[in-house]
Amino acid sequence: MSNIAKGVPFWRKEQFTPFILLSPAILTLMFVVLLPLLFSLYTSFTGYRLIRPESLYDWVGFRNYERIFSNKNFWIAFGRTILFLTIALNVEFILGLGIALLINRITWGQRTLRTFMMFPMMFSPILVGYQFKFIFNDNIGILNNALQALGLSDGAIPWLVDKYLAMFSILFAEIWMSTSVFAILLLAGLFAMPRDPLEAAKVDGCNAWQVFRHITLPFIMPFAFIAMTIRSLDVARAYDIVDVMTGGGPAGRTELLWTLIARVGYDNSRMGQANAMAYVSILLSILFTYYFFTKLLAARKYMGGAE
Amino acid sequence: MAEIALHNVVKNYGKLEVVHGINLNIEHNEFVVLVGPSGCGKSTTLRMIAGLEEISDGTISIGSEIVNELPPRKRNISMVFQNYALYPHMSVRDNLGFGLKIAKQAPDVIEERVREAADVLGLGDLMDRTPAELSGGQRQRVAMGRAIVRNPQAFLFDEPLSNLDAKLRVQMRTEIKKLHQKVKTTVVYVTHDQVEAMTLADRIVVMKDGYIEQVGSPMEVFNHPVNTFVASFIGSPPMNLIPGAIDGDNIRFSDGAHISVPTRLKDKVRNGQEIIFGFRPDDLTPVGHGINESGQQAPMKLVITLAELLGTETILYTQIAGQEILGKMFDPRDIHPGEELNMNLSLDKAHLFDGATGKSVRLD
Repeated sequence: MSNIAKGVPFWRKEQFTPFILLSPAILTLMFVVLLPLLFSLYTSFTGYRLIRPESLYDWVGFRNYERIFSNKNFWIAFGRTILFLTIALNVEFILGLGIALLINRITWGQRTLRTFMMFPMMFSPILVGYQFKFIFNDNIGILNNALQALGLSDGAIPWLVDKYLAMFSILFAEIWMSTSVFAILLLAGLFAMPRDPLEAAKVDGCNAWQVFRHITLPFIMPFAFIAMTIRSLDVARAYDIVDVMTGGGPAGRTELLWTLIARVGYDNSRMGQANAMAYVSILLSILFTYYFFTKLLAARKYMGGAE
Repeated sequence: MAEIALHNVVKNYGKLEVVHGINLNIEHNEFVVLVGPSGCGKSTTLRMIAGLEEISDGTISIGSEIVNELPPRKRNISMVFQNYALYPHMSVRDNLGFGLKIAKQAPDVIEERVREAADVLGLGDLMDRTPAELSGGQRQRVAMGRAIVRNPQAFLFDEPLSNLDAKLRVQMRTEIKKLHQKVKTTVVYVTHDQVEAMTLADRIVVMKDGYIEQVGSPMEVFNHPVNTFVASFIGSPPMNLIPGAIDGDNIRFSDGAHISVPTRLKDKVRNGQEIIFGFRPDDLTPVGHGINESGQQAPMKLVITLAELLGTETILYTQIAGQEILGKMFDPRDIHPGEELNMNLSLDKAHLFDGATGKSVRLD
């Protein structure tokens, strides 16, 4: 009782209670997220190599960053990732929109189709990669086999070896797997859409295309931006499908940021440099997320209390 | 601006027929109200005129052109929806101008027409807001503005006031009436509210179960209902209807009480005919408190069970032939439940309907 007179210790004061109650979460996050983050940030300023642990204390300042900024391969992988992202998101958006519009028109069997549509999402990306690696294999792949059987091609098309075809094949697998993300979110948007403005637009003189362009599309764009936010994060960290299908080859022609980072970090064991690249690529992800999120907020503004 | 003609119009949903071959001619610049209980086919009829529902059989023409196969955009009509149906992502200005923009009008033409419509409806200050930032009445006004900017052949209103609160509804009702006087155009207006129908219409079309029951001016429909349905649907409080039978010069009710047959309807009925006797609460009044106390009267003593004060008049609840009957007291004094009053029933304005068909005997 005597400490009441002296004043309670600071950790028993009322304003500290929230911090004490939150401390398990705060501590966990610090150990699991913050510390590794700071550690990797630190290593990006060292010449840390996995095979020489003592190099962890080898402070090199901005040399890693200077190196990657002047490294042509890094910039090519960087640009290729952005290209990959742009193509994948756009194609997935258009295909997903098409699927959503079609399914929205169906009155019978809609639930079943919706479930079918989600099947590609249920597989691990690694397995999808293996599946498409088999499909696109130039010797034993079923695609070449089918093309030859149908007489559409007489040679073995090097799907995973040719510079452009390899990129196409990876994109194909990626799009096959994830178009349903767009389809499902856009379908949700179409379900939520009120019918009255569509009819009002018809009476106001719109043909079917104009109704879609001026009424439906603006209404479901927020849903598209949600899908784009999710998918841009997903695609920007693409690694598994690429690694399984081409391993970044042939001759680095399908190298994306994360396959490059993994190669530098683990194969070449230059962890410091790999971490510097990772930080640059995270900036890319943040940029994309921020962009889509601003678009989303802008598009959502009018939807607030509208009936 | 055009007349609209419906000829044997039928609507099926699969095997279910909801509109059974209706005929209706709506004249140039006429304000026609389709009224009826929910499910009577009035909205379906309106949507067929708009082109939002296919016409299963018969023809609809706007102007001189049959529009059965025309999509809504080619019918040159405007529609105001129950839920306003504003475009949520557009400002009020863009909502108003959207139809003109789609019609590829020049920007300065659009701007002028939008400004005119905004002036008529008092939307000037709201032009840059989105629908989410408007109140119900304001949204309703924008919806009407969107209809008038296009200068269409006809306006279609689909229960436009039913989402507004009572006070705003009365106010908007007046505005619609004024708007029609200002912007002379053919109007087809759907409502389930008979007061709206009475106050707005040049002509009322009473519908029930996919049939048109009666077409006529508000006064015609009110004073000369063709059957018991129209009689009970139009007017508030509704008409009193008591079943009985003709017994010589009297109408005899189930409890033995009787009342004289109105003289003007005497040769329309035959002895022994089952009938339904109908009269409006306005015509059953305490002596000295009525509005038409001349002419043929049926005096009676009635016990008041309940009195509802409305200020200028009091609605009296009483019993005739074991049935609850409403009367009115104009220039009222305080009434105590249980009080017995000498009342007059004005037979000149009473109605007789055939007991089997419900049709007014006046029509036989």
